Amino acid sequence: MERTLTNFIKALRAADIPVSIGESIDALKTVSVTGYDDRTFMKDALSCVVAKTPEEKAIYNDLFDLYFSRDTSKTAMSNFGDEASEDSEGGEPSEGEPSEGGNTVDQLREMIEGSDASALARAMEVAAEQVGTENIRFSTQRGIMARRMLDQMGMRELEARMIEMRSSGGGGDKEEAEALSQIRDELIQKAREYVEQQYAIYGEAATERFMEDYIQRARLTEIGPHDMDRLQTIIRKIAKRLAAKHSRRRKRRNRGQLNIRKTMRENASTEGIPFKTVWKQKKRERAKVVVICDVSGSVAAYARFLLMLIYGLNEVIPDIKSFAFSHKLVDISSKLEDNEVKEAVKEVIKEVGQGSTDYGAALGALQTEHWNCIDRRTTVMILGDGRSNYGNPRIDVLREVQAQAKKVIWLCPEHPSMWGTGDSEIPRYKPFTDLMQQCRTVKDLERVVDMILASYTG
Amino acid sequence: MLPEQENKLKSVKDITDNLGSVGYISTDQISTAVYIAHHLRKPILIEGPAGVGKTDLAASTAKFLNLPLIRLQCYEGLDEGKALYEWKYGKQLLYTQVLKEKLHDILDEVDTMDQSMEKLHDFDDLFFSEGFLEPRPLLTALRQENGAVLLIDEIDKSDEEFEAFLLEILSDYQVTIPEIGTISSPVPPIVMLTSNNVREIGDALKRRCLHLYISFPEADRERAIVEARVPGISDDLLKQLVSFVQQLREQDLKKLPSISETVDWAKVLLLMHADRIDPEFVRSTLNVLLKFETDIEAVDNKIIEMTRKANDPSPLRR
Repeated sequence: MERTLTNFIKALRAADIPVSIGESIDALKTVSVTGYDDRTFMKDALSCVVAKTPEEKAIYNDLFDLYFSRDTSKTAMSNFGDEASEDSEGGEPSEGEPSEGGNTVDQLREMIEGSDASALARAMEVAAEQVGTENIRFSTQRGIMARRMLDQMGMRELEARMIEMRSSGGGGDKEEAEALSQIRDELIQKAREYVEQQYAIYGEAATERFMEDYIQRARLTEIGPHDMDRLQTIIRKIAKRLAAKHSRRRKRRNRGQLNIRKTMRENASTEGIPFKTVWKQKKRERAKVVVICDVSGSVAAYARFLLMLIYGLNEVIPDIKSFAFSHKLVDISSKLEDNEVKEAVKEVIKEVGQGSTDYGAALGALQTEHWNCIDRRTTVMILGDGRSNYGNPRIDVLREVQAQAKKVIWLCPEHPSMWGTGDSEIPRYKPFTDLMQQCRTVKDLERVVDMILASYTG
Repeated sequence: MLPEQENKLKSVKDITDNLGSVGYISTDQISTAVYIAHHLRKPILIEGPAGVGKTDLAASTAKFLNLPLIRLQCYEGLDEGKALYEWKYGKQLLYTQVLKEKLHDILDEVDTMDQSMEKLHDFDDLFFSEGFLEPRPLLTALRQENGAVLLIDEIDKSDEEFEAFLLEILSDYQVTIPEIGTISSPVPPIVMLTSNNVREIGDALKRRCLHLYISFPEADRERAIVEARVPGISDDLLKQLVSFVQQLREQDLKKLPSISETVDWAKVLLLMHADRIDPEFVRSTLNVLLKFETDIEAVDNKIIEMTRKANDPSPLRR
């Protein structure tokens, strides 16, 4: 019985619910209190122990139903535990099964024709156990898993018998072969269903995770439109993670440092004998970010992700200003606040994205028109490849920005070996940034934003 | 825990009934969580939107078990001094002043430095004894002879350090006071923590707790709750007002009306002798349910539609 539970926990972990060892011990204890008989009771009780957010509870509920639905006939379930442990000990199977641990042709036939659901379910569980279907991760493994299960159950013998009957030619044998073939089909069907379910329990989430992992490492420009939705989910997840990490307390007590002035004032009534003590507190700055994005041609794709991530963080960055430019600089903050970022960016690119890039003009416009949005709390993020079509790069403006702002961070989608080639002005800008960072994947983005937020945790 | 209390926690059904007897309409999920918490001796972390009865669950549990409810309200900057224990600094200072005057008498007969130090050391211990200890909620809960219900309210408002500090208490039901020693609880209290998700609770704390999520109630349960809280309300009115509130919760609002607001509204309706809800009436009392001007404006043009639905005598919609 314990194995049923440990396998269930394994399935939960595969579905992205992090069940710790301590929690699985609690789960075992819980089940020993509730028992397996009252399923709703068990479901409610286990839900308290292993699923600890509303999202996890939703996944848990689905998975619980999926996992425990396959043993609708209770007898199959309660027998299964003992049966499986006997088998795995390698003892001689009690029911006279053939030596490979499968079933005889007659037994298989009995199961299908006699529609002995519990026996069939049991046989399938045993076969699945030996094949290890709980290790299934990808949809492509379904076929082979089903086949291995069938082999384990004695399918080969059944097929051998079927072929033998068919080739022997006698009328009765032909019919027999036909009947066997039907049983075979039914078995295949059943095994496929079983594996399908196992895939739903253990595999689907894993595939999803694998894809997410891949996307996070892939270059942003390589991500096709069909993965866009997935990417958006990932960015939302990252935003949530970063927000959780950095939204912790704003105020921090600076323990041990007495605020002498306040203490004296507070204790004036006791002639300065300090009955009440007041301690110094440190205030944490609120993050303020100015994002300046090059939205011309090749860089546009990156701009979208950066903006999506930054605006996903409005919980921890209360003050965001964003600008887009190619040949001129445009304030896009209001547009992004009102609309869904994905749509807004598209619109902005359409509006600003024409014409050749001019970094100098953009920086100039920042200085003349929007200078008051930069103060010593502001982190300025510039996203661009620094290819300015040989115009004046206005390095002087960037120098002033750096002097004014808390930090200047430049994200460049190009590989460092390309910096400085052709019309790239990156090496000339670099001395006036606090960080010049290559930024090509979602992971890079996350790292940079994490760093910025950490700099505000005073 | 006394056998009498054990008896009240015997099964999920008993818990539901007992909670009902003190006016808390429970669900299977809620009662199961209390049952498991009692049997596994683990704290429960209760999450959910504001006003669904998280705090009330603790109060009601304490009530039906006849145990004291010890409540610790969390806030930013809460520390051990306010939560666990504190030395009575003022009293210590006062006694020091007294001692200062007596110092001459005490040190009168001694000649050497060593001897006087020894004498003074005796007083040192005196100042850090039980007499100068000011127990705060956590320590009070641990020292209850017959157990208690400890409610740590809005844990998400406290700092991260405080959360870490709770870990020892919540897993072992004991605390260590350096000057006195380890105090462990004779009967572990039933601990409930509530959170409104102002910030994510740390994993370490979550792992040590059972987790219960209470969401807005179904129509049936909400009716039962209102009936229990506002006795004397007519069946028709009850059905209508609950139906109306349930519809409100489907709207896209900044703050959805909670159970406590439904109850308040029911009281208002009863007070104004309304026997059915009509648009005019709803409009004038909507501020009981909705707490944002923008929300009130948003639903304004839907009120007629919603009251019509709520007044619909056909079998219930939800």
